[in-house]
Amino acid sequence: MLGEICKGLWLTLKHSFKNRVTVQYPDVKEEMPVGYRGLHKLLRWEDGLERCVGCKLCSAACPVDCIYVESEENDPEAPTSKGERYASIYEINELRCIFCGYCEEACPVGAVVLGNEYEFCQDDRGKFLYEKGDLLVERTEDHPELHARYDEKNLLTYV
Amino acid sequence: MVTLLIILGKVLVGFGGLLLLAAYMTWMERRVFALIQVRVGPNRVGPSGLLQPIADGIKLMFKETIIPAQADKVIYVLAPAVTLIPALAAFAVVPFGDSVTVLGQKVDLVLADINVGILYIFAMAGIGVYGIVLGSWASNSKYPLIGGLRSAAQLISYELSLGMSLLGVVMIAGTLSLKGIVEGQAGMPYIVLQPLGFLLFVVCMLAETNRAPFDLPEAESELTGGFHTEYSSMHFAVYSIAEYCSMITLSAVGATFFLGGWRGPLLPPVVWFLIKVLAFMFFFMWLRASTPRLRYDQLMGFGWKVLLPLSILNVILTAGAVVFIG
Ligand code: SF4
Ligand code: SF4
Repeated sequence: MLGEICKGLWLTLKHSFKNRVTVQYPDVKEEMPVGYRGLHKLLRWEDGLERCVGCKLCSAACPVDCIYVESEENDPEAPTSKGERYASIYEINELRCIFCGYCEEACPVGAVVLGNEYEFCQDDRGKFLYEKGDLLVERTEDHPELHARYDEKNLLTYV
Repeated sequence: MVTLLIILGKVLVGFGGLLLLAAYMTWMERRVFALIQVRVGPNRVGPSGLLQPIADGIKLMFKETIIPAQADKVIYVLAPAVTLIPALAAFAVVPFGDSVTVLGQKVDLVLADINVGILYIFAMAGIGVYGIVLGSWASNSKYPLIGGLRSAAQLISYELSLGMSLLGVVMIAGTLSLKGIVEGQAGMPYIVLQPLGFLLFVVCMLAETNRAPFDLPEAESELTGGFHTEYSSMHFAVYSIAEYCSMITLSAVGATFFLGGWRGPLLPPVVWFLIKVLAFMFFFMWLRASTPRLRYDQLMGFGWKVLLPLSILNVILTAGAVVFIG
């Protein structure tokens, strides 16, 4: 028995010289891997048009019904998206979302993605209702890591 | 007047230091655990988390005291103190340094050098068990009761061997006073003459302080918190400080009996004493992080069938050696 205890002690002693695994979180932040499912983003095409065509497939795919979409016809002179229609209202209730990623799998144009952002605590339930303005990215070039998730056929690269 | 002041100073330094050390043992334990589990441990409050025990203390003080409705209130409140006071008092006979000269007087760095020192320590350790048993009984709840029963049975079984394991040293030194025993180790520490006694002492010391692998009275995984399941806020803190105090006291006894007490080259005696006590404490923590808990029948069997015969053997062998070799 004494031998086994010594073996255990030796093992724990060896462990205490290993490199620490702890990340000192608020001071040090880890880069999230591609495919991390954080806060949603709505993407744009390179020319600035919105990807989302307001087809509501994401809303239908969502198992907890937390996406609400209303669509309108595009103005032919100044289109918002590349399709016939665009989403005039696009809301996600992040409090109900289970971050399953079905919405991004359902989307035919690769418009909605679950981004890398994971720090979005709020002090009020109402603030978890993200509207289109909160979700839509400003410029495509700012988010190469989100676009890297789709190949040229708008299929997710990592599922 | 000067004598009175010196006694007062010694008491303040001795017990204050002991309490402070006990509080910092919680910090050390968490850091050592983190070290072994490839983590960092508390490092936010103060440099290296050194103010963590103070923050914990303040937090516990402001926590609500919950007394179960069915509890025996008076005993429930008093029980933690019954554990803490003997744990502190036992330290009184441990010499923690050589004599120093203060205000023209020679002062021994021991709170009370009584000639039956080791018996006194055992008596105090024996009373300390009452605190655990009373607290568990007064909680009037199942987990504490089982924890208390285990504690009583465990301490009765292991106290015998603990006493026996020290008897060898007592026979060689020819005195029960801890100061005398330190003086007897001027040439070499008794661990050289009493290796078996030392081993037995370490095992019994673990059992006596309810530490892993003998932590059955608190066994988190099966008894939630064991005897202190129902305790909260400062009552709980007093229990855990008492546990660390008795660990420190027994470490100090071990250092005094086997490792030469405050003796050591170069460094001042008090520092040597601290180093030896901390080495014991580190071993406590290291072992806790490495070993699983014993089963109850294994614990009892080990105590009565292995430890006790071995310690009696050690006593007989030592007695023979003392008589025939001298
Ligand atoms: S991640 Fe899942 S739950 Fe969240 S919005 Fe998308 S489909 Fe709904
Ligand atoms: S995000 Fe995609 S799936 Fe959802 S409405 Fe827009 S285009 Fe359709």
